[in-house]
Amino acid sequence: MDTKILEKLNAERRARRAAIVVTDMGDGGARLIRQGDAVEGELGEAVAKALRTGKSGLVEIDGRTLFLNAHLPNPRLVVIGAVHISQALGPMAKIAGYPVEIIDPRTAFATPDRFPEIVLHAEWPEDVLKRQPLDAYTALAAVTHDPKVDDMPLKAALDAGCFYVGALGSRKTHAKRVERLLAMGVTAEQIESIHSPIGIDIGAASPAEIAVAVLAEVVRAYRSRGLEAKGAAA
Amino acid sequence: MEASAYIDEARDPLIIAEGWVKDGREVALATVVETWGSAPRPVGSHLVIDGEGNFQGSVSGGCVEGAVVTEAIDVIGTGKARMLEFGVADETAWRVGLSCGGRIRVYVERLG
Repeated sequence: MDTKILEKLNAERRARRAAIVVTDMGDGGARLIRQGDAVEGELGEAVAKALRTGKSGLVEIDGRTLFLNAHLPNPRLVVIGAVHISQALGPMAKIAGYPVEIIDPRTAFATPDRFPEIVLHAEWPEDVLKRQPLDAYTALAAVTHDPKVDDMPLKAALDAGCFYVGALGSRKTHAKRVERLLAMGVTAEQIESIHSPIGIDIGAASPAEIAVAVLAEVVRAYRSRGLEAKGAAA
Repeated sequence: MEASAYIDEARDPLIIAEGWVKDGREVALATVVETWGSAPRPVGSHLVIDGEGNFQGSVSGGCVEGAVVTEAIDVIGTGKARMLEFGVADETAWRVGLSCGGRIRVYVERLG
């Protein structure tokens, strides 16, 4: 592999953008394909599949054996609200392989005592997201049900194409939230993609059970992402 | 080099390889391209090796890294990529086989 390709690949990985290295097993020639690059034909289909599934592998195209190495950013979870649910969701998601960051400007909630060993930002979401923008490999769960705290990051998550956007609240709370988001310029299609009521339906009652339901919903969204928009990534 | 909050730069083989190249070291890249049965590291996993046999990353659970490093030093010398195969069915299994019972193919190439 050319060193230039390695440098470009690492730049994509550092920026949390997906990329594929295609290596010809016959002559060793390599090329870098970034998410969004136009690739024609059979290779285009194989690249789109690798970007969707994150699976690397060998493919035979026009008598050549090509190795596609898919470099996808690791999924992560941003939780808005340092509440009781988040205390359970943080460690659970971490164990499941989804590193967690919790954001809550209310310093009484966002204390290291309540969230040992979890990345915690006792700041307004807009300040944190300015430094660390959301992306397609990030899930966002808003669980404060305080519009001042939840609304801005919800819109940011929808605009960034986060693979999962969930919002806690009753149907009534959510109906009011929808009105506010529409007024902020969020489209009806984006509203449809919000998971609310949050979490898969397992009859969760306690904060920890709700955390299980939310985590399951995040995993499902991650593992099925892009399936509805097949080929759109190519 | 700008540090990323999302990659473990101290352990990431591709980031390490880039640094080695910048330091003027000769580097080989080994990649798991195919696995059968139970394999310890998934397809796409990397081991990077320099001309002196220093290595980072993994292509197995430590079972075949030694053999890959030896081959990689040859690849650095000749510049010619090669495909290695390891498994219990391999005749050298008693020496560098995979105890998990799987089989893997590893592509070794020189960087640059």
